[in-house]
Amino acid sequence: MTAALQVEGLNRAFGALPVTRDVNLTLERGARRALIGPNGAGKTTLVNLITGVLKPNSGRVLLDGDDITSLSQAARARRGLARTFQINQLFRGLTVLENLCMTIGERDGNCNNLWRSAGAKRSVIDEAIDHLESLRLVDDALKLVRELPYGRQRLVEIAIALAQKPRVLLLDEPAAGVPSSESHLILDVVAALDPDIAVLIIEHDMDVVFRFAKEITVLVQGAVLTHGTPNEIMNNAQVRDVYLGQEGHRGGQHG
Amino acid sequence: MSASGRERARERAAEYLLRRHRFRPAEALPWLIAIAAYFIFPDRMTFGSQVLIMVMFALSLDLILGYAGIVTLGHAAFFGIGAYTVGLAAARLQWNEPISGLFAAAIVAGFVGFITGWFLLRYRGLTLLMLTLATAIMLQETGNLRSDISGGYDGLPGLTFDPLFGKFDYDLYGHTYYLYVLAVLAVVFYFVRRIVYSPFGQALTGIRENVRRMHAIGSPVHRRLVTVYTIAAAIAGVAGALFTQTNAYVTLTVFDFDNSAKVMVMLILGGTGRLYGAFLGAVVYMVLEDYFSKLSPTFWQFGIGLLLVLAVLFARRGVLGLFESVGQYFAERKKS
Amino acid sequence: MPHFANIAVSILFDGLAYAMFLFITSVGLSVTMGLMGFVNLAHGAFAMAGGYIVVSLTRSLGIDFVPALAIASVTIGVVSIPFERFLYRRLYRSTDLEQVLLTIGLAFMAIATATYFYGPIPKSVPLPEWLQGDINLGFRYFPSYRAFLIVLGGALIAILWYAFERTNIGAKIRAAVDNRRMAESVGINVDLLFTLTFAVGSALAALGGGLAIQLFGLSPSFAVIYLVLFLIVVAVGGLGSLKGTLLAALVLGVFDTGGKYLLADAGGFFIYAVTVAVLLIKPAGFYGRE
Repeated sequence: MTAALQVEGLNRAFGALPVTRDVNLTLERGARRALIGPNGAGKTTLVNLITGVLKPNSGRVLLDGDDITSLSQAARARRGLARTFQINQLFRGLTVLENLCMTIGERDGNCNNLWRSAGAKRSVIDEAIDHLESLRLVDDALKLVRELPYGRQRLVEIAIALAQKPRVLLLDEPAAGVPSSESHLILDVVAALDPDIAVLIIEHDMDVVFRFAKEITVLVQGAVLTHGTPNEIMNNAQVRDVYLGQEGHRGGQHG
Repeated sequence: MSASGRERARERAAEYLLRRHRFRPAEALPWLIAIAAYFIFPDRMTFGSQVLIMVMFALSLDLILGYAGIVTLGHAAFFGIGAYTVGLAAARLQWNEPISGLFAAAIVAGFVGFITGWFLLRYRGLTLLMLTLATAIMLQETGNLRSDISGGYDGLPGLTFDPLFGKFDYDLYGHTYYLYVLAVLAVVFYFVRRIVYSPFGQALTGIRENVRRMHAIGSPVHRRLVTVYTIAAAIAGVAGALFTQTNAYVTLTVFDFDNSAKVMVMLILGGTGRLYGAFLGAVVYMVLEDYFSKLSPTFWQFGIGLLLVLAVLFARRGVLGLFESVGQYFAERKKS
Repeated sequence: MPHFANIAVSILFDGLAYAMFLFITSVGLSVTMGLMGFVNLAHGAFAMAGGYIVVSLTRSLGIDFVPALAIASVTIGVVSIPFERFLYRRLYRSTDLEQVLLTIGLAFMAIATATYFYGPIPKSVPLPEWLQGDINLGFRYFPSYRAFLIVLGGALIAILWYAFERTNIGAKIRAAVDNRRMAESVGINVDLLFTLTFAVGSALAALGGGLAIQLFGLSPSFAVIYLVLFLIVVAVGGLGSLKGTLLAALVLGVFDTGGKYLLADAGGFFIYAVTVAVLLIKPAGFYGRE
């Protein structure tokens, strides 16, 4: 079966500095893969290359078997590739509802309509409320995004990505910046994602990684150190040295 | 959440959006004032027409600047194209029918907007400012080059136009013209209002608020921008056409950078991205200019400069923004 | 000299002189925009102010032209400092639009003030003997004033190049233009740097304004009309680049002069066509960063 997302030999350098080196990665349908690595390993750069924010120097990106390497970011998104940003990229001056409606509207072509009111298409609104409900944001629907606490804003960020009805979802540190009292909200959502979606999550928090991931890819200095199951990674001495050792985390203690 | 709870949430959401887009009674105010002016100031009708034309021009810029968030310095180009479409048609082609002139101006200006927008809207910031400015100047220079056709800076004087619908003739005091311009403005405004409150208008706001996010959710940003730019150009063209018709005269000064700057100032004063900011800003500016520049042009220029500085420092969202802030302040007081 | 070569030489010479004027007046704008990302449309007003000071000094106080230039530059340089510290600084994090509007407002106020004190009619300045007429460079006669412009421009370019590339301060400025946050974290006092470059840039603008009087005459609208030119030079050259400003000034100066020489009315077109062409291909200008 064709993989949902395939990255082949991706290379990217900024001037003389290579930031992504010959990366190969495969996400099957329903994948739950974590991308880990020390700071500066190039994790977000890799996501930017996959989503089309950056163009690679060489290599290919395939979505459901189709080569999307030459497509723009927006074109890739329209084909079912969604992402969240490490720092929220929301429409802060608009309500949560409108953030969602706009996303859905761009997806189903409603935003091509110059004539009817933005509130006229019920299916868009209904779907928006459904998404908000599954993320327990319905009560905030009519609030402006900038008035929400950061943790809730982070949920809106994920809601937008889900409203794109993606086949592949890339989450860039979804719990980053969220106070620990609210991080369970994020984690519950991530745990409850649709099993059909292929998910790649960049994370630093090993608890989250080991709870969520069925596979792990370790990135160091722009190159893949190794892929493996959580157990394999945990017991990999190389990984421990390079990464887990640095983090000083007891993630290796999980049984 | 229960099914009925969800249903209630949906209703509330739909109601919220629809309510914001419905015509509010307060919106009748500017129109009532415009009609009242017809009766209260019958001897200032020619000036009144020019004010309404500026409102339309400012409205067209608000689409680009206020809603899509694109800053350009060459919007006067489209005003000029519309003005000259009608002027040249009347002077060289003996085409004097006013309504069809408006359509022609809209089409020509819109077309130029489409072409230039398609190329230029890939850029932002200083680059876009310079490109739009240079394009406008080049258009002006082209007109100057073929001053045999365009009349150069002396312009095309003595243009005549047929009576509206073959019936309403133009009187010396511009009464018919005023109502004509007001009617056209009303039609244009209706279209602009629909666009702004449509899903497309929402997308424009999205582009203004966070273009990065728009790309990430698959919005064809460039296409959206070219679309709104074309529409804005067409409307500016209609404003220009009305200018030529009401003045029976057009010169190359319609392309001046001064015009582009003037309309931007009007929008800032009134408040961008608020539809009625164009009304408020244009009226306030034109009235002040009319009064002060007669008193002393130098004093007027100093005043407008000072007003700009103060507006940026203390009233960034224009007069309407001030009203909103005041309104918010009282709303907060009521809550506590 | 054969007729064709004669024309070519004239174009190059006049174009070079014009380019020197453009460079001197625009370089300050380029560096400040590149350094602080601040769109300063009042730059032309500083140039105009410098010009009017030269007018007053030479005509009312009988001071010689060249010393008047120096005094005007320093004066405007100093005067610009409070503007930067108390006004511009508040808008460094504002949108482009707000910066544009604030500085246009200042420009309008400056123009109105100049009109009030000097009137709208263009002014000229009395030039010393040695700057009038022509100078014999061996194979041909050239206008002395333009030759002076070229020499002065060359000298300033050398000084600025040295200051930028060889001094400590120059290195700091280049670092801050390249990456302000990094520069700050390394301990460079970017605020002070900016005040300094802004003052020098404004002083140079004033110098340019004084030099322009003989070329174009000086009227209050100078502040806005020539602003377009300065912005074009800056945009085409690339923000924050000395090299870029120079190259852009040369290209645009020679093209504009050549265009006007050879095609009279149509000539004014060239400078804008070149601008559009360059920006479409290299939106950040010759040496700008994306």
